[in-house]
Amino acid sequence: MSAKMARGQNSARRQPPGWRDRLRGYVLQHRSHCRDSLRRLLAEPMATLMIWSMVGIALALPSGLYLLLDNLKQVSEGWSEGSRRITLYLKIEQSDEMARLLGERLGRDAEIAAVKVIGREAALLEFRQRSKLDDVIDALGSNPLPPLLLITPRADSGGIEPLRALARRLATLPEVEQAQVDTEWLARLLALIELGQRAVLALTLLLAVAVLLIVATTLRLTITNRRREIEVIKLVGGTAAFIRRPFLYTGLWYGLGGGMAALLLTGALLLWLRAPVQELAALYQSSFTPVGLGMHGTTILLLGSALLGVAGAWIAAERQLRSIEPD
Amino acid sequence: MLRFEQVSKRYEGGHEALRDLSFHLPKRSLAFLTGHSGAGKSTLLKLIMRMERPSQGRVLVGGIDLDRLPQRSIPFYRRNIGVVFQNHRLLFDRTLFDNVALPLVIAGASRHEIGRRVRAALDKVGLLDKERMNPIQLSGGEQQRAGIARAVVSRPPLLLADEPTGNLDPDLSAEIMALFSAFSQAGVTVLIASHDTALIDAMDKPVFELHEGRLINDPFDDGDAAPP
Repeated sequence: MSAKMARGQNSARRQPPGWRDRLRGYVLQHRSHCRDSLRRLLAEPMATLMIWSMVGIALALPSGLYLLLDNLKQVSEGWSEGSRRITLYLKIEQSDEMARLLGERLGRDAEIAAVKVIGREAALLEFRQRSKLDDVIDALGSNPLPPLLLITPRADSGGIEPLRALARRLATLPEVEQAQVDTEWLARLLALIELGQRAVLALTLLLAVAVLLIVATTLRLTITNRRREIEVIKLVGGTAAFIRRPFLYTGLWYGLGGGMAALLLTGALLLWLRAPVQELAALYQSSFTPVGLGMHGTTILLLGSALLGVAGAWIAAERQLRSIEPD
Repeated sequence: MLRFEQVSKRYEGGHEALRDLSFHLPKRSLAFLTGHSGAGKSTLLKLIMRMERPSQGRVLVGGIDLDRLPQRSIPFYRRNIGVVFQNHRLLFDRTLFDNVALPLVIAGASRHEIGRRVRAALDKVGLLDKERMNPIQLSGGEQQRAGIARAVVSRPPLLLADEPTGNLDPDLSAEIMALFSAFSQAGVTVLIASHDTALIDAMDKPVFELHEGRLINDPFDDGDAAPP
């Protein structure tokens, strides 16, 4: 009898339940706790909506910022891939003929895909058209522009570094005054975006802690309100896991609902920005359309928010449930 | 079934609730625990429930030394004890059925098992037709009987009752006592804390009497209740 009591099988009259029955009982507990916690939340729609909004806003801020930076990065990467070019400014005493010869020579270089030669007159003509400084140029009397070589490198990806290396090599040629990588500014922009993404990560961590605290604080109150129930469950032999479980499910629902609110908010942000972004892209002859979080991002957001909810609930439950003892 | 060996309980602040208490309660017996309020009845029940631990001595229930019971085993230990409270401790956020089902749900019983046993327990206390009601809609006597149904639904070998008739008139009290007698005849060990002397006298059952934390009447004192 005593050994049986210790294991919780309280009567010799009863057949011990098989593992199937026990598993079924366990699943039944989970299902009822899961459903019951959601039912309780929906019974107080205003309070629940408020918590979902709080969690949603806290999560929408980093995911919205992340989305903006991600889009900016995609745009600028597109630009840099499409316009990888080195401009060679030859020395002023170089003639168009010498420029043409150098262009032919460089055209055979293994790292160079194409060379376009712009003679002194052509360069001046283009400058006139672009700058509209006709008077100034006329006043100079002679053509102040050197011939140019526009170099398209063979490597069409791999970042800015190989481009810079090629430019350094070309700059050592005796005919060349200066070699300039045209996409240098984009590299700086990309570096800035990288920095921004790190800042967003830090912000995400901070706001994740905020979500944890929101859920924990809310649940602390919920647990206090259900003190009577917890006492009775403790008295009739409920384990700590059993007592904790409904609150963990409540945390799960808080987190998931907040995650969905965050999804809605970022979706609305995207919708709101779509038209102006497309207009802006059109000005740059691009058909760029901002992208959303996608399957991957959505999954991470929902999974993360659910996890934060459960973790927040766990913190509150661990602290509170210990202190509630029947008297 | 139940054995106290030189048990003392002193609370923080110096109040001594129980002093050097030794007795045993045989299996399948029904006994009363009586004494003035403050005599230590509640403390004694709390020690059995393992809600409190003795300052000295040992409490053995079903052969288990409660002092050696690890914390994580306490819930499983408590599933072997049915408790009836004076204020019934029913939960008003669920139906009578769900209240009575609670110990079975906690123990992880199947839905079929729960339905069968809850109805059997409600039938025994005469509340079968009210299973869908909220306990707040029940009368005082019905609430107490609902509490009893919850205490016996998992067929525990030990049943404790703390002033189970405290708020009831004599007719209802007799009804409740008849229920306890029936359980004891079915093999359950029953210990009822009460100061309703008229009722206790009418029942003609063994009575433990406490006075200021000491046992002044032990009906089972046959000389071997406690080793020296």
